[in-house]
Amino acid sequence: MRRILFSILLIAVLAAAALFFATHLTIPAEQQTQRTFAPDVVRRGGEMAALGYCASCHTAGNGKPFAGGRPLATPFGTIYGTNITPDAETGIGLWSQAAFNRAMRDGVDRAGRDLYPAFPYDHFTKLSEDDLAALYAFLMARAPVHAPNRTNALAFPYSLRPLLVGWKLLYLNKGPVSSDQTKSAQWTGGAYLVEALSHCGACHTPRDRLGAEIASRHFDGGEAEDWWAPPLNRTSPSPVPWSEESLFNYLRSWDAGHGGAVGPMAPVVAALATIPEQNVRAIAAYIASTLAKPAESEKHVEDNQTQAMQANPQGAQLYAGSCATCHETGAHVPFTVASLGQHTSVHGPDPRNVIHVILHGIQPPEGTVGAIMPAFADTLNDAQIAEIVSYLRARFSGGPQWSNIAGEIARIRRQETSP
Amino acid sequence: MIPLNVNGRLHEVEDEPNTPLLYVLRDTLELNGAKFGCGLGQCGSCTVVVDGKPIFSCLTPISILQGRKITTVEGLGTEDAPSPLQRAFIEEQAAQCGYCIPGMIMRAHALLTTNRTPSEAQIRDHMNPNLCRCGTHMRILAAIRRAAHAMQAADATAGPREVRP
Repeated sequence: MRRILFSILLIAVLAAAALFFATHLTIPAEQQTQRTFAPDVVRRGGEMAALGYCASCHTAGNGKPFAGGRPLATPFGTIYGTNITPDAETGIGLWSQAAFNRAMRDGVDRAGRDLYPAFPYDHFTKLSEDDLAALYAFLMARAPVHAPNRTNALAFPYSLRPLLVGWKLLYLNKGPVSSDQTKSAQWTGGAYLVEALSHCGACHTPRDRLGAEIASRHFDGGEAEDWWAPPLNRTSPSPVPWSEESLFNYLRSWDAGHGGAVGPMAPVVAALATIPEQNVRAIAAYIASTLAKPAESEKHVEDNQTQAMQANPQGAQLYAGSCATCHETGAHVPFTVASLGQHTSVHGPDPRNVIHVILHGIQPPEGTVGAIMPAFADTLNDAQIAEIVSYLRARFSGGPQWSNIAGEIARIRRQETSP
Repeated sequence: MIPLNVNGRLHEVEDEPNTPLLYVLRDTLELNGAKFGCGLGQCGSCTVVVDGKPIFSCLTPISILQGRKITTVEGLGTEDAPSPLQRAFIEEQAAQCGYCIPGMIMRAHALLTTNRTPSEAQIRDHMNPNLCRCGTHMRILAAIRRAAHAMQAADATAGPREVRP
């Protein structure tokens, strides 16, 4: 009953807010010939764009950078990344700096339409004037690409943009990242990058029923494109403690204690590998402080080999034939950790990440050096993968056996392979 | 004893269930087409086709292959009567040292069996897991395109085609 009342109240608030605030003015078009940018501002904007992972959502698979078209599945339907190249007709070529800043800070496009928070303006709203200017300069200095935006496929009532006015009233907190005078300049810089530009919480903080990050559960772990995004705070189940150094290694390429990034985190690391080192060091310093665990709660890497073999003899056999060649060599294979138990995903609340990796393997992003793992989707059937997944969980995690492994394998197999 | 269906023939092998298929092919059945490259599923020289799909035989224990159809390069054609794909590889002189070629041919075979008209992007995407250290990739791609054309032409004269994975 309270839920129903809450929902009615919420809809009423949203509707009222929509009526009052739903009109944003169009910002006049600005012709591209009016713009010139200093090369160092454009360069810095490029670093900012890498730190904000703009290309991740605004580039389609095999598409031109920033020309949009990438589908992003959300609980409310599919949203397509838009064209943010300076094409006058289909991109943001006619956007002035003021129009760009309004989109980044208020989530309103040049024409006055409210933007969906899949575009993380709840983070970008905290960006400084200088950084917005650099990002704008970088994007406007890209080659324009003519690529019309795809229409979002959202369920009613989420397809109604004016409702977003209510969403913003509830959830959009403007203003700078909160600072802590007791912390170092590096930590402060890292906090700004993590909370504003790099929007780590967009995946690593759980979201509520209206798709907003739950502020009281900051960094408790969340979701990214059907992958589990691990916690970045004390609730992290990683058996190997994180340090500034290991975070830096991980964020830059690969860490011997924890392995490397996979799934939606892989393009993040590929982007961070391209920018000046001190930015990644700052991010690592800040995240190390949010992850910090008291020493007594440190776990160790489990290896319950005997019990796991007894519980899953078939899984043990399959592991010996298909996995052990690389994963039981004491880390002699490049980009392979000594024990699979070091991977946080083995200790996660559900088996999705492990299933994704076994089915589709790991390919380093084009042009980068990193872990390669073959895909087993065509080699192993669902039952065999289920045996391996339960064996891994039983052997390397002290946690309870995952439920519904077979169902998750079948579901993930049915999905389109990620672009 | 594990029954293995290789190139249409049934073999009963006595190897351990978690022995990689590659070792059984080469050592037990003396089918030496598939090669040991890295043993880690990273180079593709051990590629064979199982139920129409290319797999790394170095990472596939024979225990999971009961009732499945295995095709190796020996199952495609012979020296005197090469398959269209093998003929195309010869005509393009796609091999330098040749070590990767059986794997390349088998991966390409899996593609052309289901898609006679692959785009350049589809070919490159599909062939991505297989490496050639001599660097003959451009000739390998040319051979696959040539084989695709030859197979299309053969389809056109032969009428409806029987799909054999």
